[in-house]
Amino acid sequence: MFEYCADPSLLSDARWMMCYLTSPKHIAFYYSFGTVLGLLAITAPCALLLGFGGAVAARSLFWPLRILGKAYTSMVRGIPDIVFFLFVPIALDQGLEWLRHHAKCSDWTEPVRQGNDFVVCPQAKLPLNSADAWVHDAYSVFLAVLAFSIVFGAFAANVLIGAMNAVPRTQIETAGAYGMTRRQSFWRILVPQMWVYALPGLSNLWQILIKATPLLFLLGIEDIVYWARELGGSKTRTFTYPHPDWRLYYFLVLLVFYLALTNLSERFFQRMMTRLSHGQATLGGEALRKAGKGGAAA
Amino acid sequence: MSCWQTVQDYGLRAIGIGERLLPRSDITLCEQFTLIGSGLIWNVYFGAFALALGFCLSIAVALGKASSNPLLRKPCEWFIYLFRGSPLFIQFFLAYEAFVLLPRNGIEINLLVTQITAETGWLTKAWAGGVIVLFLNTSAYAGEIFYGALRSVPKGDLEAADAYGMTGWSKFRRVTLPSMLRLGWPSYTNEAIFLFHATTLVFFSGFPAWRQQGDALYYAKYLADKTFNPFVPYPIIAGYFILLTLLLIWGFGRVNKRLNRHLTPETRPRLKLRLQLVR
Repeated sequence: MFEYCADPSLLSDARWMMCYLTSPKHIAFYYSFGTVLGLLAITAPCALLLGFGGAVAARSLFWPLRILGKAYTSMVRGIPDIVFFLFVPIALDQGLEWLRHHAKCSDWTEPVRQGNDFVVCPQAKLPLNSADAWVHDAYSVFLAVLAFSIVFGAFAANVLIGAMNAVPRTQIETAGAYGMTRRQSFWRILVPQMWVYALPGLSNLWQILIKATPLLFLLGIEDIVYWARELGGSKTRTFTYPHPDWRLYYFLVLLVFYLALTNLSERFFQRMMTRLSHGQATLGGEALRKAGKGGAAA
Repeated sequence: MSCWQTVQDYGLRAIGIGERLLPRSDITLCEQFTLIGSGLIWNVYFGAFALALGFCLSIAVALGKASSNPLLRKPCEWFIYLFRGSPLFIQFFLAYEAFVLLPRNGIEINLLVTQITAETGWLTKAWAGGVIVLFLNTSAYAGEIFYGALRSVPKGDLEAADAYGMTGWSKFRRVTLPSMLRLGWPSYTNEAIFLFHATTLVFFSGFPAWRQQGDALYYAKYLADKTFNPFVPYPIIAGYFILLTLLLIWGFGRVNKRLNRHLTPETRPRLKLRLQLVR
């Protein structure tokens, strides 16, 4: 980065540190913080969408759909989430390849599972062997995002079911009395009102999601944990920047990063709750009214 | 080889009893069930120890956070903030690296009369290091739960205790503590379930599995990698954990019943299967 970094072994301590912290590998480390934030930004809406679908399915009048929704929402209560993180990517990968195998190579006679191997024809490979490296990377990130979305969708479905049940029943009945259909009362009465009940659960879920992102490392993504281990490990004389085992300090940096992230989001959700509680017939809304802020717009 | 033979060979593999070599080829369904089940010993060990120790510390932390003395309150608040605000995965890594950095041949502690050497090597082993991290983590989460419960102990209960002339320890033990536990118990059940789920992280976060003695997920991943078929070992471990969760809910439900036995049946809070999320 700087000109004087050409030969680090001659540098003084402060300059050595400057050069060390701006080496190309460290730049990649700083970018990986962006990877984590990007994953959060993509996963949160996906999970919310899946959760909404799960909650609607679990309340459905059509029983097969209802059972499916209930199974989806309750699976995360009994099974550790990390099992899903390990299972979903490889299962999806094999499932997709199996489907493509049957679609593209119907003349292939050998079985797909041969002992301990999973063999599909070359055209069915995902991504294709001839694809660029970035396609392979993007594919693994895609699978990771999907695994996260499925697990957190199930958590979100739990929260949203609770919120839907918390909307006063009389309101739905009133909607029915006005001649609204089930669909109309759902979209016009239930959905707009459920968010204030869902917010505490969703903010909690967001915190859990933040705290689950280091697990990306287990899925083979080059995230901050990967780089912290990579850069922190002791480097011998053969490296440009030799140093002893510094992993403890790298992990301390990660700890501070996560503490800051959870702290910031907690403040954000507190402000949002205050805004949403204005004029609501809830305890929070009542407290705001008593404090004399009830009528004023925030 | 019969299934019973497999159970004898691998049933206690996770704690080093039985066959040394893990199955490599032609892995049967029986072997998968047995190995993953044997790994569950570790999960139960981690969970039970962390829960038992954490229960005591969490009450202390809750009382500390509710204390009016800032010298007591601030450390408790920071402790809870630190462990609830950061990922457990990072905590495991951090603890492991910190334990590794401790001097290998022990710390010499100079007592006035004698010299004692505190061994530190055992801290880097999963059986001790994993439990320590889980213990501190669950203490923070449960501490926050019990702090919330402590704040919602009915005022009337405390006034009644005053009227009976109770003070100090006897008031705490007979009135405050039972009410606090009763109110916090549904959330605490939830925390216990998630704690048992979190035990699967130990062997994936720095702590090495010595002689391939790992927990249920360690073996499930081993088998999935060896057979390249995730559709058998992961559902097996899922089944085991669902059973473990149901067992926990049953056990905590019994305690819940006992804590609420003085209430009329209509006002007793039921421990519902629909749990709110705490983590």
